[in-house]
Parts: sequence; structure tokens; C-alpha cells
Amino acid sequence: MEQWWDSFVLWFERFIQRCYSALIDNDRWILYLNGLKTTLMIAAVACIFGIIIGLLVAICKTSAETKKSPVLKFLAKICDLYTTVIRGTPVIVQLLILYNITAWTEGYYACMIGFSINSGAYVSEIFRSGIRSIDIGQSEAGRSLGLNETQTMRLIVLPQAIKNILPALFNEFIALLKETSVAGYIAVSDITKVAYSIQGTTFNSIPLYICALVYLLLVVVMTKLQKKLERRLARSDRS
Amino acid sequence: MIEVKNLKKKFGELCVLNGITETITKGERIAIIGPSGSGKSTFLRCLNMLETPTSGQILFEGIDITDSNCDLNKIRQKMGMVFQHFNLFPHLSIIENIMLAPVNLKLKTKQQAREDAAKLLKRIGLYDKADTYPAMLSGGQKQRIAIIRALAMNPDVMLFDEPTSALDPEMVGEVLDVIKEVALEGMTTVIVTHEMGFAREIATKVMFMDEGIIKEQAPPDELFENPKDERLKFFLSKVL
Repeated sequence: MEQWWDSFVLWFERFIQRCYSALIDNDRWILYLNGLKTTLMIAAVACIFGIIIGLLVAICKTSAETKKSPVLKFLAKICDLYTTVIRGTPVIVQLLILYNITAWTEGYYACMIGFSINSGAYVSEIFRSGIRSIDIGQSEAGRSLGLNETQTMRLIVLPQAIKNILPALFNEFIALLKETSVAGYIAVSDITKVAYSIQGTTFNSIPLYICALVYLLLVVVMTKLQKKLERRLARSDRS
Repeated sequence: MIEVKNLKKKFGELCVLNGITETITKGERIAIIGPSGSGKSTFLRCLNMLETPTSGQILFEGIDITDSNCDLNKIRQKMGMVFQHFNLFPHLSIIENIMLAPVNLKLKTKQQAREDAAKLLKRIGLYDKADTYPAMLSGGQKQRIAIIRALAMNPDVMLFDEPTSALDPEMVGEVLDVIKEVALEGMTTVIVTHEMGFAREIATKVMFMDEGIIKEQAPPDELFENPKDERLKFFLSKVL
């Protein structure tokens, strides 16, 4: 018993020591914070532009299905090419290519652009499924009241579509947040990269656990946000 | 008010409307009857261009609405439409459903739209439901809301596309009462219906459609008492 206790104390002391060197020694926590900031910035920018790109692509594709306009059909073809190429190639390869062709700027911005383009492709498919999930009668009712196409989309179809796709959207953004961990490939010091290099100096794996914990916390917060939004949007459901 | 000239509609190879020429004058109450697949709904939906005709012309208050230069949205504001499946907007409360179009088309201020909506809701006895959502209403209530949502635009004509076909039998009456009230106030009305009794009661003219054309039309008493067309006779023998 005595022996067991001693070895536990020993292990615990060493654990505290490792944590100290991984987190506090040389003010390393500042490095994590900076890495976290980078990760969050990339994820947030990609999320916002992903939504914008995704929405435009989805609207273009869905309206090309019902319209005869050749311009729209051509745009829809381009959109198709975009989703096919982006979804068909690994995000790391896309980043490496983008890093090469954006040599004028830092990897940080290349990441923002790359992840925006990447996320847009996935988000567009989510939006498309959302728009298609709304009964055609809804837009007919809108049009019959004299609303134009844009108003019908904005006031009637999208609010309902977004409610339907909220879980899928959050799924995508959670995946996106974690995917930014490959930013280190193009010399961006995101939280993963930071943890990895601290591990190289402290010679223990504590930084990696810290990094994992940070991602986990972020995802938990996002899930909370999702639940909150879902509850708010469920107002109109039968109670 | 509405002039239809040689209207044709094809879905691919299938010819749904086979040349309809018809005039609907102000204040008329038209009931369109006929077997399923006869093109009744398609005809009605062509009237406000929810279906684009393959050929032919539709003139509404003198304007050719089949012309691609015509401002359809403006025209549709003057044509109220009620659907078989209500098509209320589930994400908006009842009063928001009614206010949405007048406010967003800047025809009324929010205040004014709210007052008008309240008036209409009181008229059909559903004012207490103003702030609930469509999911909490019965089918009959939904359809009555859909009718006043169209009325809130102050249309010149009301189009009803089988307004009671998706309702429980119990609720048909309350919806027909509202339609009747609207129609008898002088609103120009076109209604596609399977309720023969109702057609007979309120219509000034009944049209019998079959195979994409209007086979016979007459004032209700005449059409129901003395049908001439063989297909109409057969149809009436089945439904009456």
C-alpha cells in the first residue's frame, strides 16, 4: 500500500512538473493563446465566407433547375465544377497549391482563403438540400401574393430552409474548425502547430493534450450555441 | 376583366389545356368542375401565371400577362390565390402571415397592415389566434387564414384552387362560408371545386372542363338540370 502511494505521488509530481513546463514555463501559455487566436480567426473567416459562397452557389444551382436562362445554366455548370473539384481533392493539397499561388502573402491569409473556398463547396450542398426540402407550394404562395423571386427566397424559403439544415451546418462548421489544424502544413502557427512545437522543446506529450482539450471545449461551446439556436427556431413548431 | 384567348398548355408530350377561349367579367362568380386530370387546376394556375402557358394569351384588365415584358408581380398583387394545401408560412405567426406581403411590397405600413389583418381576423372569428403559428391550427382554420391573407392584398379577383379538397369533411362548411361571404360581396371569383352543391349555390356560371377544354358552360341551374354534353351527363350522374 505504502509503495503504491509513493509511486502515485511521484507520478503526480512529475505530471505537475510536465504541466508546468508545457504551460507556464517561459510564458508558454501566451503561445497557446496566440495559436488559438489564429485558429479561431481562420475558422471564423472561413465560416462566414463559406456561408456567403455556399448560399450564392446553392441559389444559382437551384434556380438554374427551374429557369431557362442560358447565363444561369452556364453559371450553374461552373458551380458544379467548383463543388466537384473542391470536394474531390484533399484540403491539404488545396492549401499547398494555394500557398504556392499566393506567394505574395502569408500562409495565414492563404488559409483563410483556402478554407473559405473549401467550406463554401460543402455549405452550398447543405443549403441546396435545405432549399429543396421546402415545398414548392411555399414559394408559389409567395409569388401569388406578388412577392418577387428574391423576396420569396429571403422571406419565405430561406428562413425555413435554414431551420431544417441547422444541424448539418453546425456539423460542417465543427468539422471546419478541426480541419484548420492542418494549417501548420503551410507554416501557420495555429494551436495545433504551436502545441506540436512546444512538445518538441518540452519532450512530453502534455501540450498535445492541452491542444485536444482546447478543440474539445470549442466544439462543446458550438454545440451549446446550436442547441440554443434550434430552440429559438422551434418556436413555430407545435408545442 | 380576364380574357383568355386560345390558351394551350403542354407538359412535355401531354396536352393539358387544349385551346381555351373565355372571358370573365367583373363581379362574375365562376365555378369550374370536371373530372380529375381535366386541366381545371392548370387552367386556374395559368390565370396568374403560376403555370406558363405553352401558347395563347391571357389579358388581365387589358394587359397581356403572357407577355414577358409584363410586370407579373404587380399583376399578381391584384389576383388573390387560395391553394388546396393552404400554403401558410409555417415560420411566421398568423398575423405575420397576413402582413408579410402588404408590408414587404410597401403597400401598407406595418401599423396599417396590422390593423387591417386584425380586422380580417375578427371577421372570420380567429383574432385570438393572431400570435399563434400555423402548426397549431386545424385545416379549416388554416384555409380561412389563407383566404384572408389573399384578401389583405385587396385583390380584384380571387382564385380558389380546390380550397376544400384537403380538409376533413367537418371543416368544409366553415371554409365555404367564408368563400361565400367574399364572393357575395361582389368579388370576382373563380373557384375550382368538387363541391357541386356549393358551385350551384354561389356561382353565376359553371364551367365543365374535360380533356383540356371547356365542354359546356351555363348558369348553374341550367347546367345541373339540363346538361347537354354526354361526358357532363356521365360526370354528374357519378357525383350528384
